[in-house]
Amino acid sequence: MGASELNKQAPNIFVWLLLLGMPFWLPAIGGYTELGTRAVVLGLAAMSLNFLLGYTGVLSFGHAAYFGLGAYGVGMTIRYLMPSTIVGILVGTLVGTLAAAIIGPLIIRLRGVYFAMVTIAFGQVFFFIAFRWNSVTGGDDGLSGWTRLPLDFGFASIDIQHNARAFYYFVLVVFALSVGAMAWLLRSPFGRTLIAIRENEQRARFLGIPVDQHIWISWVISCCFVSVAGALYALLNNFIDPRALYWSQSGDFVIMAVLGGMRSFWGPLIGAAIFVVLQDYLSSQTENWMSFVGLFFVLVVLFFPRGVLGVIRRKVTS
Amino acid sequence: MSGYGIVSSMTQLVLFNIFNGLIVGAFYALMALGLSLILNLSGVINFAHGGFLAIGGYIAYTLMPYIGFWGGLVVAPLLTAVLGLLVERVLIRRVYGRDPLYSLLLTFGLAFMFEDGTRFIWGAQSLPFQVPGWLVTPLSNQYFFLTGYRLFMVLVVAIAVMGLFLILGRTRLGIRIRAGTLDLETVSVLGVNVRVLRNMNFGLGVYLAGLAGVLAVGQLGLQPTIGASLIMPSFVAIIVGGLGSLPGTLLGGLLIGVASGITTVFFPSATEAVIYVMMAAVLLVRPRGLLGEEGRF
Repeated sequence: MGASELNKQAPNIFVWLLLLGMPFWLPAIGGYTELGTRAVVLGLAAMSLNFLLGYTGVLSFGHAAYFGLGAYGVGMTIRYLMPSTIVGILVGTLVGTLAAAIIGPLIIRLRGVYFAMVTIAFGQVFFFIAFRWNSVTGGDDGLSGWTRLPLDFGFASIDIQHNARAFYYFVLVVFALSVGAMAWLLRSPFGRTLIAIRENEQRARFLGIPVDQHIWISWVISCCFVSVAGALYALLNNFIDPRALYWSQSGDFVIMAVLGGMRSFWGPLIGAAIFVVLQDYLSSQTENWMSFVGLFFVLVVLFFPRGVLGVIRRKVTS
Repeated sequence: MSGYGIVSSMTQLVLFNIFNGLIVGAFYALMALGLSLILNLSGVINFAHGGFLAIGGYIAYTLMPYIGFWGGLVVAPLLTAVLGLLVERVLIRRVYGRDPLYSLLLTFGLAFMFEDGTRFIWGAQSLPFQVPGWLVTPLSNQYFFLTGYRLFMVLVVAIAVMGLFLILGRTRLGIRIRAGTLDLETVSVLGVNVRVLRNMNFGLGVYLAGLAGVLAVGQLGLQPTIGASLIMPSFVAIIVGGLGSLPGTLLGGLLIGVASGITTVFFPSATEAVIYVMMAAVLLVRPRGLLGEEGRF
């Protein structure tokens, strides 16, 4: 590894060291482990969204639906089918991915605000299913009566149920696998093609790239990882309710991506961390935290549209 | 004899729900028309539209002791429109011409602030909204569902829609709005102040939201979340009817209202979900919507 290569890898190494040490340094500065887990889970959701938003240039406002499907998938699997955390995550991811794959063909030809409008409206179908199907989903009260279960490998078992730190590292492993897969995809010719579509769709089309097909695949990949995040989110809370599928949740994911910087790989993770800490702080300080979150949206749009990493990168290059 | 009774009560139930659906659809249409106006001219999806609707209702409620229901019906939408003009001038104007992402996020944040703001000022609990007594009484014993207020709502929506189409068709402002929708740059070059035009257009759209708000709370009561629950169906109305077409939006609103009304009879738990299924069907067969223009979006 040469010096320049090391220089290039420095941000990645820094992020991973920070994440690996989280349960140790976060409590020292006044946080708690669950807060860190939350940031990583929502960070994965925002990074998955950014695969589509930042790297393919497609404006999705409906990712909460697939996040919620992953969450209900894991909860319902553990409650009704099979008491296994891993199987639950797999089922949740599969459900979310399948739903996205089916809806995909209906929306891939739409662009811009139209795409945003249709994705957010479609999300509501799943919200109302979760809300109305009381006997199975628990309706408005949410799905309770289940918990995440220890990981059992036969020869050894890890208690992620009661040990918050063990659960954090479990989440981090899933996060690493997902993020690694996305990074690998983005570096592949397929990922480069997505960026080409983002930069100039017409030119990509003229070059013979099947644009709609690429957007469909990118949409499914993005929704797949957001449902992984949703599954982890349900496991974190040992509970899931329809609010995780509501349209305002989709907006939260978008603001995380924008706040951190849509044009950078780690940006959405930083955005999610800021958002989670802010929400945690505000909801403990005031009942009207929603106003402040709204104000925060407005301020980010007006004064900080490039996000944290966007601003830093600009400073570095100039 | 008993068989006849079942059929007739079934017919009545279906009729009731179709009529109910038309009223609900008229609502959605009124709100969606405002959204459409703003979207067509400025390319902004106004997520805060539901917030404006709620504020319209709450203003009418607050003014009721002083100017009564009728005064509120006239004044509250106007005050909401003034708020809309201000919001456009201070905030929305800054995101025109930028990536649509930013207008979405901006109005998203505004929607949060409006919902929480109404909760802060008027409280989270549901408030009763008194409409004049003679409007609430049923008009017929046989068709129990035909209360005066329901008919009155349809009448107001009809007048508002006719008024809107008259403004767009006959007045200078309306003609400029329509021209700007087609080609804003040319309109600007021809000497129309586009900033003012967009501002007035936004105010007009928000006026419709405020009017829908006063009507809605007469039927549903006042809650801070009323806006958030009504905005998604308006999106569906626009998509089903076709982006860029105001008659399409009107049609879309009425259609989804009737569809959810009929579904209430046969499969009540799918009442809300059915409109999204309808949207999926339209997108599958005709991605630009029923009356949408080809290649506009």
